[in-house]
Amino acid sequence: MKSPEENRLHKAVSGATLRALCDAETHLPPDVLAALKRARSSETSDIAEAELDTMIRNLEVAERLGVPICQDTGVPVVYVSLPLEVSLTEAIYEGIADGVRRATESVPLRPNVVDPLTRENSGDNCGEGMPAVHIRQGQSFTITVLPKGAGSENVSRCAMFLPSEKDQIKRFVVETMLIAGGKPCPPVVLGVGIGGTFDGVTALAKEALLQPIDCMDDFEQELCDAVNALGIGPMGLGGATTALAVKIKRGGCHTASLPVAVNVQCWVCRRVTVGVNYP
Amino acid sequence: MKDLRTPLGDEVLDLRAGDRVTLSGIVYTARDEAHQRMQTEGIPFRPEGAAIYHCGPVIQNEHIVAAGPTTSARMNELSGFLIDNGVKALIGKGGMGTKVLEELKDRAVYLAYTGGCAALAASRMTLKGVYFRDLGMAEAVWAIELDHLPLTVGMDAHGGDLFADVRKKAECSFNQAFPKI
Repeated sequence: MKSPEENRLHKAVSGATLRALCDAETHLPPDVLAALKRARSSETSDIAEAELDTMIRNLEVAERLGVPICQDTGVPVVYVSLPLEVSLTEAIYEGIADGVRRATESVPLRPNVVDPLTRENSGDNCGEGMPAVHIRQGQSFTITVLPKGAGSENVSRCAMFLPSEKDQIKRFVVETMLIAGGKPCPPVVLGVGIGGTFDGVTALAKEALLQPIDCMDDFEQELCDAVNALGIGPMGLGGATTALAVKIKRGGCHTASLPVAVNVQCWVCRRVTVGVNYP
Repeated sequence: MKDLRTPLGDEVLDLRAGDRVTLSGIVYTARDEAHQRMQTEGIPFRPEGAAIYHCGPVIQNEHIVAAGPTTSARMNELSGFLIDNGVKALIGKGGMGTKVLEELKDRAVYLAYTGGCAALAASRMTLKGVYFRDLGMAEAVWAIELDHLPLTVGMDAHGGDLFADVRKKAECSFNQAFPKI
């Protein structure tokens, strides 16, 4: 039996998750849309232009009809910023799962979550450890969703380099995109994790995808230019834009390690943060 | 831009990799499981002149909500029997392998639809029927009528493969930028 306070928390979290997913599935963030339009104006090949035009037209249709941009509505990856005054209880996890179930019905989302071995579909995008929930302490109470599609997730990579192999990072990032080719629906955004631990570096790579893509530091720009030099282009059909951006997130690591991970994100770079109406 | 309509005939043999076309008429969605089922139980629709769409749509109340393409390469080993039975076009994203390129020769084409563009696709579709419904929403075979879906010829019936050309250039550019030590 939950207390009235816990019920209120559950409801607020569920509502915020539902709102965030509805928004994320039907609209791209303004920085991503701007990057696609910039890419469109800088392309020189007819095919690349046509591909980008179709993407931009698709976004207009999704917005007008209020339907998902892509039929791969992803798996729900959720980041929670929790202020000190809200205690971490089961109501938060349950509220997020409830929001995911409601979004699956109402948006609607494709039921994508299955058991990894029996492949049995839960039908509601929930399962063991799914939604994937990451909770951090923060100033305000917010929920960020990053619905992650499989085409791009499947070509993501991780490697444990030696500390002396720092110059291999660039090669590894570009090689990841060379191997991926048109499969992850380019133009992509690459989230690069550098440092941390074996498991932590992949989390850093995914968190890098939460950053806006309208600015890059010198190293990010260098990596992005090197990826674009491959000429894979929109949907692997050739062109100047293979990556819209590369974003890096770093973490302290063991003096004997240099973990690197690349989380590939398709052009449908969905992320939305909403405030939770609580307390 | 050429306007194509199913059932398709020998007009697909005139297409070349890189051409832009639109497609209208009935297409059938099929992913991994539907291909496997069709190999054992037979093709549930008339395959002559048909187009197969690699897609697992979102359907709500018998209405297509979102229906973009899935990665075609997963069907690399599963497509020959369809072309043998008269299928004239495979539609999807990312292109297919050299085995399929051989199978397409003088018979059929691979058409690329822009990945992620599920809302635009759905706005040009009408649901006409379903086979193998027990496979679930994503894996069932949905019969869908298209109204001028914009596509790019990715692989033609004469060995032309735009994806392979792009891949080759990307490999050259990579080897130049990062020479083997």
